[in-house]
Amino acid sequence: MGKKVSRRQFLTYTLGSTAGFLASGMLFPMVRFAVDPVLKKGGSAKYVDVNLPISQITQEPKAVQFVIHRKDGWYEPENGESLTAWVMKDESGNVRALSPVCKHLGCTVNWNSNPQYKNQFFCPCHFGRYEKDGTNVPGTPPTKPLDKYKTKIANGRLLIGPVES
Amino acid sequence: MLKAMYEWIDERLDINPIWRDVADHEVPEHVNPAHHFSAFIYCFGGLTFFVVVIQILSGMFLAMYFVPDIVNANASVAYLQNELAMGAIVRGMHHWGASVAIVMLFLHTLRVFFTGSYKHPREFNWVVGISIFFVMLGLGFTGYLLPWDNKAYFATKVGLEIASSVPFLGAYIKTFLQGGDIVGAQTLARFFALHVFFLPAALLGLLGAHFVLIRRQGISGPL
Ligand code: HEM
Ligand code: FES
Repeated sequence: MGKKVSRRQFLTYTLGSTAGFLASGMLFPMVRFAVDPVLKKGGSAKYVDVNLPISQITQEPKAVQFVIHRKDGWYEPENGESLTAWVMKDESGNVRALSPVCKHLGCTVNWNSNPQYKNQFFCPCHFGRYEKDGTNVPGTPPTKPLDKYKTKIANGRLLIGPVES
Repeated sequence: MLKAMYEWIDERLDINPIWRDVADHEVPEHVNPAHHFSAFIYCFGGLTFFVVVIQILSGMFLAMYFVPDIVNANASVAYLQNELAMGAIVRGMHHWGASVAIVMLFLHTLRVFFTGSYKHPREFNWVVGISIFFVMLGLGFTGYLLPWDNKAYFATKVGLEIASSVPFLGAYIKTFLQGGDIVGAQTLARFFALHVFFLPAALLGLLGAHFVLIRRQGISGPL
């Protein structure tokens, strides 16, 4: 106990902590600046009227384009950003709107686009496949079903919201 | 005239010993292809460095025209490739060089592995080498987004999705690299900064360490 700190050690510690203090004063703003997107909260999405009367929705999935307004940093396209939903009615007549983003690694799926796989969603990137209700076909790369958009119906028309989480 | 200039500088800076130390050393027989042709496998490290020099130079020149902005990036690449003298050549050097660099790096790694050169006392240089490998992969990944075409966009989406599969930290890594909620304006700006400033700086630092270690430890002996 009570080991004495030598003059040399004292100076080393003092110099070291001063240098550390100055270095962190320099690095902190830069690191905080770089990680800001991680700490920022994403905006909340609204429901969009996709201009589709409910009566026109059939059991056959149909690609519905709709436009959302979202700011990407400083960039906000004037005409919004166009998204796609695969809209259909399920067996009991409820509306189902599937996201086209592949649950393997994020490419875009298409309905019935590969003649080999009739009545399935097909992803060209690594041949992922999904059934009509969005469940992934076992043995293909995706491990989860396609995301569903939240939907609402107002005045007989379809509104599409954010993806269900 | 040149000699006089060199001597004038050398007299003041004493640079003679510096370049002597860098350049003036024996190449052992077992690594010299002039003695045994099979020794060409020892060239892959130097070839990797040569290609990296090409990447840095061609990249610096591409950056004179390239604009890292989602509205203009693709048009600026099309412009520099199609409307400038030698554009296809300079972009081609950078485009094909990126793959050649990775291939050379891989062959060099195989040479080191199969000659057992990673063993003590060179194990630390193996670690430096693997770090160089990851930095090069990073350069390839970030550079690939820059032309901002469909291939670039979806390759980056897939790559970021792979990064986000890291346990616990994945989502943060993805958002950090993406710079926002989507692959977009902020992603391109970020990838450009990483591609031309951060990663080349890291690469040069690691290459410096790699070469200092080689000079200290010498090339490994014959099999
Ligand atoms: C070993 C080092 C490097 C590798 C492996 C690499 C790789 C790549 C790749 C794969 C691309 C996409 C090119 C294409 O698809 O045509 C690219 C683009 C680009 N790189 Fe690099 N790069 C390296 C170093 C650098 C450096 C040091 C700079 C600048 C200082 C640079 C500046 C650029 C620019 C401005 C572009 C966009 C132009 C274009 O796409 O043609 N690169 N790089
Ligand atoms: S991203 Fe769809 S199968 Fe891989």
